[in-house]
Amino acid sequence: MSGLLSVFLKELTDQFGSRRFMLIALIVVITGLFSSYTASEALREQQFLNEEYLFLSLFSLSGGGLPSFLFFISFFGPLLGIILGFDAINGERTRGTLSLILSQPVYRDVIINGKFLASIATVAIMIASIMVMIAGISIAKLGVVPNGQEVARAFLFFIACILYIAFWTSLAILFSIVFEKSSTSALTSIAIWIFLAFFVYMIAGVIADEVYPITRQSTPELLAKHESLRTMLLRFSPAVLLEEISAAILNPTVRVFGPMFETQLQGLILTPLSLSQSVLVVWPQFVALVAASIICFAVSYLAFMRKEIRST
Amino acid sequence: MALVVEVQDLVKDYNGFKAVDGVTFHVAQGEIFGLLGPNGAGKTTTILMLLGMTEPTAGVVRVCGYDPNKEPLEVKRITGYLPENVGFYEDLTAKENLLYLTKLNGIPEDVAIKKIDKVLTTVGLLEVKDKLVGTYSKGMRQRLGLASVLIKEPKLVILDEPTTGIDPEGTEQVLDLIRKMSREMGVSILLSSHLLYQVQQVCDRVGIMFRGKMVAQGSIEEIGRQVLGEREGIMKLTYDYISDEALSKLDGIDGVLEKKIANNSIILKFNEERKLDIVREVVMRGFLPIEVKGREYSLEEIYIRYFREE
Repeated sequence: MSGLLSVFLKELTDQFGSRRFMLIALIVVITGLFSSYTASEALREQQFLNEEYLFLSLFSLSGGGLPSFLFFISFFGPLLGIILGFDAINGERTRGTLSLILSQPVYRDVIINGKFLASIATVAIMIASIMVMIAGISIAKLGVVPNGQEVARAFLFFIACILYIAFWTSLAILFSIVFEKSSTSALTSIAIWIFLAFFVYMIAGVIADEVYPITRQSTPELLAKHESLRTMLLRFSPAVLLEEISAAILNPTVRVFGPMFETQLQGLILTPLSLSQSVLVVWPQFVALVAASIICFAVSYLAFMRKEIRST
Repeated sequence: MALVVEVQDLVKDYNGFKAVDGVTFHVAQGEIFGLLGPNGAGKTTTILMLLGMTEPTAGVVRVCGYDPNKEPLEVKRITGYLPENVGFYEDLTAKENLLYLTKLNGIPEDVAIKKIDKVLTTVGLLEVKDKLVGTYSKGMRQRLGLASVLIKEPKLVILDEPTTGIDPEGTEQVLDLIRKMSREMGVSILLSSHLLYQVQQVCDRVGIMFRGKMVAQGSIEEIGRQVLGEREGIMKLTYDYISDEALSKLDGIDGVLEKKIANNSIILKFNEERKLDIVREVVMRGFLPIEVKGREYSLEEIYIRYFREE
């Protein structure tokens, strides 16, 4: 236990002291603050001040040509996660410190657990501070104080962001175990990120077209099938999961994803959902995001425990 | 004598390739045992199995009675291991590096700080303890490595190629420290090397590994006799008048292998083991030995001879 704490604290210090972390943190903090600042400007101009969940829209609303805070997180989050993890193991091996640590009386998993937890803590501290800054801006500029409901929803959004970045960190750690060189693991992680962030949209569309070809004369049922298959495939991308989670958490009126028939909407009263109802809407997405991280971490754990560490 | 390391018929099979093939040896308390052999002989694999860092395919390993496979933490607690090409965190000072290691060993910080100063004094790095390890020379890093091993007050120290890649002065300092650990602190030392001359200087016993097998084991003396046969000594003698007649006066001495006249002196080659008797005998017969040289076995010779035969 003391071993885990020592590794954790050491890694945390290393992460916060490293230049590459400072760089990415600076980028994320600046873009995050600007996006919420412009969002608050837009809110003021558009006289949305009577909106019920004003504070939450700061995270999801874009304004003044700048994308939303959510967009920046979903875009820079993977980079941040990869930067925190891509050379976790192979970097230490190249420097020769891995065999030094492994010859100490600690269980092998203490090292990987400590590193993983330290990365998560780094992310959590960073995101939390940005969100607190945003809250400060909103209070100063708009004069609105978030209510309990909003704080709870913001907290859930915060958890979702951490889960999202944790997935990328554990993926990067996995590659840092599998590949000998940190350049290879960094490039592989980035390749997967680009694939999941950009190409998955095209591929999902192509596959959906192949399975359920649609024309102008297609029946609504076929269109609906086409659309649900496409959304299903898209959900392989953690970014899509984060978007859906945030949509439901940050906007209490969102109650369903994907196509709906008009009959289903009949008689629907568009009142805001309660927090627990919103969570229920995106519960599968939450679980999927957690599962993705756990699978990655479990595979890295096994790979690391079985690996023979030689110093040469 | 208590045995610190016992290895019996150890085998490590990497998908059909036997990196270690039936190795048996032991290291006694306070002894320096050298594991020798060319690169790829299986020395590092043997060491990794001693530490429980890789699983043996067959055979028995015990370190102070513990099975490294089942109780790796116990073994690592009493064993200091200095891997080949050991690295330290370059952006930390020597002191901070050691402090991290003591934390992993569960040593409380106030005790650790005292210990760090002590071991850094032993290895001669006390003045530079607050400098970043990134600024250290290779020799200094190796000494810091020895400090990192000493800080847990081990019963057994395993050094993998401890002198590879450092300059002669650094090598000398490292070898001195190894001797000191064994003689003054009573630590058992297992060191692997392909640098014969250095091993010869410090080791009590050596084992020679080749292609996964332990081909010879014992003191350098014993192995030398096994591999090179009897040792030969050379004696230079003078006599009142040097002639063939003088040479014949040396007939019939047991253990003399060859005699001849060269440069106004008589050269006698003899069996090293009978050196004293032969010297006494030639003096009795009126000769004056002006030079007597016994030849030590050099590990280099053993090594070259052995591997040529293979």
